[in-house]
Amino acid sequence: MAVSLPPIFKTTAARLSALYLLLFAVCAVLLVLYMTALSARMLASQTQDTIEEEMQSLGRAYQRGGLPVLVRVIGQRSRQPGANLYLITDPNGRILAGNVQSLEPGVLETDGWTEQPFVYQRFGEVAETGVLAETPPPSADEPPGRMRHAAMALVLRLPNQMIMLVGRDLGEPERFRAVVRRSLMLALGMMGLGGLVIWFFVGRRALKRIDDVSDASRRIMAGDLTRRLPVSGAGDEFDRLSENLNAMLTRIASLNDGLKQVSANIAHDLKTPLTRLRNRAEAALAAEPDGAGYRAALESTIAESDQLIKTFNAILMIARLEAGYSSESVTPVDLGAVVRDVTELYEPVAEEGGVGMSVDVAEGITIRGNRELIAQALSNVVDNAIKYSAEAVEKPAVAVRLERSADEIVLSVADNGKGIPEAADRERATERFVRLEQSRTQPGAGLGLSLAKAVMIFHSGRLELAPAEPGLSVRLVFPQKRDP
Amino acid sequence: MTSTTDESSYSEAMKILVIEDDRDAAHYLQRALGEAGHNVDVAGDGETGFVLADAGEYDVLVVDRMLPRRDGLSVIAGLRSRGNAVPALILSALGEVDDRVTGLRAGGDDYLTKPYAFSELLARIEVLARRVGSKDAETTYRVGDLELDRLSHTVRRAGKEITLQPREFRLLEYLMRYAGQVVTRTMLLENVWDYHFDPQTNVIDVHISRLRGKIERGFETPVLHTVRGAGYMLRAG
Repeated sequence: MAVSLPPIFKTTAARLSALYLLLFAVCAVLLVLYMTALSARMLASQTQDTIEEEMQSLGRAYQRGGLPVLVRVIGQRSRQPGANLYLITDPNGRILAGNVQSLEPGVLETDGWTEQPFVYQRFGEVAETGVLAETPPPSADEPPGRMRHAAMALVLRLPNQMIMLVGRDLGEPERFRAVVRRSLMLALGMMGLGGLVIWFFVGRRALKRIDDVSDASRRIMAGDLTRRLPVSGAGDEFDRLSENLNAMLTRIASLNDGLKQVSANIAHDLKTPLTRLRNRAEAALAAEPDGAGYRAALESTIAESDQLIKTFNAILMIARLEAGYSSESVTPVDLGAVVRDVTELYEPVAEEGGVGMSVDVAEGITIRGNRELIAQALSNVVDNAIKYSAEAVEKPAVAVRLERSADEIVLSVADNGKGIPEAADRERATERFVRLEQSRTQPGAGLGLSLAKAVMIFHSGRLELAPAEPGLSVRLVFPQKRDP
Repeated sequence: MTSTTDESSYSEAMKILVIEDDRDAAHYLQRALGEAGHNVDVAGDGETGFVLADAGEYDVLVVDRMLPRRDGLSVIAGLRSRGNAVPALILSALGEVDDRVTGLRAGGDDYLTKPYAFSELLARIEVLARRVGSKDAETTYRVGDLELDRLSHTVRRAGKEITLQPREFRLLEYLMRYAGQVVTRTMLLENVWDYHFDPQTNVIDVHISRLRGKIERGFETPVLHTVRGAGYMLRAG
């Protein structure tokens, strides 16, 4: 059965509040009913005790002086304010003494305790007659008269066929019940009110903060990644939730920025040569037919495509390495041999550029890794160092050093060029496509260091850039492993 | 000192089987290799390729890795298990380091990643075909008046000894072994240095120009020629 609730009940806080309120109310009603029943029983037994005592004392009076003394004592007691009920009749129902004028029928016919409360009238409340009148039992359509009261009584048949009744008005317990009922209603009302107040201040507040969070999330999802979720400063679970979500957003934003940067750079680094390619082909087509011209255009087109392919390959390789490229071609690699190979490969290039290259290799350093990838990474770094040492004030120099410390193997390549003075720039230099001088005039796709970094990550190592006073020192740091 | 030639290198016609399912690529290879003077058959799937290669007398196979009906590596492995040693060059769009290793382990003789330069493919195919009639047994290579003794590690030109660094010696040895054929920069890096990566700078060019200085300076005729858009060729005259 589908019940459509008002919107307020669609919130967890309101539902919980309502549930708790109901639970408390049921408990309260049960408690009050139990208390009431208990009190009523106690009152009833008290009443019985009083009546029995009275009866005994009257009994003693009767033994002392017979009926005349009893009648006199009852007459005295009847006249006291707040007196119990007393009645002595002869077998025909004629009143000899007492303060009861009429009774519910049947009360006097049963000896002992009247189990049920009965209705009676006192003298003085209506016109007096000498004979005990019959009071009809209260009925639904006739509200109980002002002068009629409920009572409980003990009836005793005296030896001379006289009937004696001692009773007590039940007006008091009735009032007590009314008081209990009233206080029960009051308590329930207070509880409802309290529930509402608590819901308002606690539930609604929690609700509002959740709403704030979802509102903020919605706006962030709409594309405004600079927004953050509200933090109240209370340090509660909502704040912790918001703080964690904010940290996540910051991470997403930085990844997003990275992606944007990469896309922009890819767009630049690939679109520019593609545009050149297209323009050149177009220009060749538009020009006068000329074999040599065509040939030149085609050759430069091929050269440009080759560069593009290289860039693509580098991007793919970085992606594969960063995606956790699992390689079976990991073997023991003699790092010293790789360093000698690569520096030997680049030595003529350095010499041609007037760059002095020094190589200092600690022998016998073997790690588990991929020789090709390490050589590629080192060659990128050495290539950069040779290029950037050209800016050196003194004679350009590149120092390649392989050394082992207690827990690491460090392969450093230092140039004496201008270096990268700012730590933040050094950090950025290993990001994909970043070339620090914005002009992008130097050849190379700006992927060399990022590829080297990806290779180091693949080898559970890291790539560090440190100032070399002057120049830049690029450190390929491998973790020291005990095996081969 | 620097000489450039556009001459296409190898003139002996070879029988080449191209196993490639991409019709455009196969057609392009057939035409381009045909223009280079070779006879080319094309198989469009692995099974056909295997049957043709097993029956036919081919000098070289060019095998794409991912083929319908039978994988390229399985074609080569199947041929090898039947004792067929025809040189095979694997073409693949997969460029990871491991792919080369698994390709060569399956019995491939060379590995080239797509996209490739046709000049690179042609140079490699011709070198592969030449490998069969290998010069491994020869102890002395001669090209014109240039002479390289593989045992004593000496190089002479017109009787005059030329001193070379060990790596320069190996570079010249490789060039002389495939004299008259185009040798690309990547082939040199792979075979002389034993690395397969792409250097950012054309480091090989610098090594070549250094070697060229040593074997050509003071002599009349150039022997180490640059083949534009492809690589280098050692050739007398």
